Amino acid sequence: MKLNHESIEINAGLMIVLIMLAISIGGLVEVVPLYYIEDTVEKVDGVRPYTPLEQRGRDIFIREGCYTCHSQMVRPFRDEDMRYGHYSLAAESQYDHPFQWGSKRTGPDLARVGGKYSNAWHVKHLVNPRSVVPESIMPNYPWLLKTELDYSDIAARMRALKAVGVPYSETDEEYQANVEKFGKEIAEMLDINNAEKNLVKQAEAGNYDKDPSRVTEMDALVAYLQVLGTMVDFSKYDEGYFAEFR
Amino acid sequence: MADQSQHKAVQTTGHAWDGDLQEFNNPLPRWWLWTFYATVVFAIVYWILYPAWPVGKTFTKGLATTTFVDADGKEVTTHWNTRAEFIRDMQSGEEALKQKAYLEKVAGASYEEILNDPDMMAFTQSLAKVLFADNCAACHGLGGTPAEVGNFPNLRDDAWLWGGSIERIEQTIRKGRLGYMPSFGKVLSDEDIEALANYVLSLSGHDVDKGLMARGDSLFHSEQAGCYYCHTNSGKGLYSQGSANLTDQVWTVADVNGAPTLAEKIERVKSVIRNGVQRRMPAWEGRLSDEEIKLLTVYVHGLGGGQ
Repeated sequence: MKLNHESIEINAGLMIVLIMLAISIGGLVEVVPLYYIEDTVEKVDGVRPYTPLEQRGRDIFIREGCYTCHSQMVRPFRDEDMRYGHYSLAAESQYDHPFQWGSKRTGPDLARVGGKYSNAWHVKHLVNPRSVVPESIMPNYPWLLKTELDYSDIAARMRALKAVGVPYSETDEEYQANVEKFGKEIAEMLDINNAEKNLVKQAEAGNYDKDPSRVTEMDALVAYLQVLGTMVDFSKYDEGYFAEFR
Repeated sequence: MADQSQHKAVQTTGHAWDGDLQEFNNPLPRWWLWTFYATVVFAIVYWILYPAWPVGKTFTKGLATTTFVDADGKEVTTHWNTRAEFIRDMQSGEEALKQKAYLEKVAGASYEEILNDPDMMAFTQSLAKVLFADNCAACHGLGGTPAEVGNFPNLRDDAWLWGGSIERIEQTIRKGRLGYMPSFGKVLSDEDIEALANYVLSLSGHDVDKGLMARGDSLFHSEQAGCYYCHTNSGKGLYSQGSANLTDQVWTVADVNGAPTLAEKIERVKSVIRNGVQRRMPAWEGRLSDEEIKLLTVYVHGLGGGQ
C-alpha cells in the first residue's frame, strides 16, 4: 500500500496513528529537551526528599484534592514575589512525583506556606477554615484529626518513589551516598529500612496536632505543609545566579 | 446535485465515492493564507530574538538582552529571560520605582517621623493593609479582629499582651512570640481551680462568691500556684512574659465576655487554668523585609491605639 493522500483518508487506523504522531510532536519538542539541557534544574543547596511523615502528608494532600484549588508554584512576577515570596525553582520540586505546579488558584498558592503559620493554626484551619478566616470558602476536613495515619505501607511507597529517581536508600551503599549528599541527620530519615520508626519519631517530636498519643493524618499533612518552600535559603544566593539557568 | 453546474469553475480533488460523491478543492481564502505566512515570519523573528531551539545540552539564547544590577552593584547584561526580566522589573520597573521612592523614604525615617508625616502615613496605610491581609489576617482577622476568641489576640482593642509600644510591636513581628501558661489541671485540685477562677473574675469587677475569692486570692499569691510570678501581684500582667492583664475586660484565651451567666464565665476561666495556654506567633524576620516589618509595625500600632 502506498502512503498517499487517498490511502490515509480511507484507512481510519492509519489516520489515527498519524494524527497522534503529528500532535505529539508539539508536546515532545517542548518537553524532551528539558531532560538533557544542563540548566533545567538549578544547582542549589538544601533541597532534599521528603521525610516519611512529610511524604505521607503529601499523599493526603493529593488524596484530598488540595491541588485542585492550591497551586505550588510562585511565578517570577513582581506581584507574586510581593505576595508569596521568592519564585519557585525547578530544583525545589525535583523530588515531587507528581509535581504540584499549576495556575488554578481558587485558594492561595502554597509553595511558600511552610513556617508562615503555626501548627495550631493549620490544625484549626483544616478542621474548620472559617474559625480563623471567616471569608474562606475552603471545605472542612475534620476527619484528618480523627483518622489515625496508616503508615504500614510507607516502605513500599518510598520504594515506588525510589524507582522514579528519588534518592531514598535501601542498601548501605545508597545510605552512604545520602550521608555524603545530605548529611547524616537527613540521610537517616531517607532510609527505607527505618521508615516506620522515623515517621513515628518525627510525629511524636513535632506533635503537630497536640495529641501525642497517636499519629493522625493531621500530623502528616501539617508536617508536609510546614516544610513547603523552606528548604532553600535564598539569602545565600544572589538573584542573578538563578537567571543564569534560563 | 441540481446546481452543480454553478460550480463548474471549481476544481475537485478527483476522488469519487458512491459513484458521484465528490469533494471540491477550494483554495484557502487569501486573508487566511497571508495571516498564516505572517505567523511563520513572526516565529522566525521570535527564534532569532528569544531563547528558542534546544541544541545539545544548551539552547539558542537569542539576540534580545536584559540588563540588571547584581549584588555588587555591577551592571549585568544577559540574554533575555523571564528571571532576568523579573530582576529588572523589581529594580527599575515603573511601578517598582514609584514604590521604591516611598520605601526608601520610610526606611530612612524614624518611627516618629513616619507617624507625623501624612504622606508617609498614607503610603504606610495602603501598603501595610495589603501586607497585613497577605500575612497577618489568616490569624488576626482581616481588620485585626480574629474570627473567634481563643487562639489569636485581637489587635483592635487597646490591650497588649506583649506591649503596644512601637519597639515592642516591632520585636513581636520580627522574632515572633511564644505565649505559654502551664496547665494546672494535674497540679491543683478542682476546688483550688474553682477558687482561683472566682478570684480572677473578681479582679475585673465580677460579683463572685467572697469566700472562694479570698481562698483564690491567697492561692494566686502562693508558691503553690505561683500565678503572681507572671500575672504580678496586682494581676495586671507583664509584657515581658506576655501574661494577660486580668483586671481589664479583655479576654483573649477564653471567651468570657461571650458567656451568658457568671457560672459559665467561671467555667471558662477554669478551663484555661486547667489546660494552660500554648500559643505561638511565627517570626517574620527573613520572610518580610525590614521595610515591610516597619510598615506593619506602624499599621498594627495604629489598629488598636498603640502606646
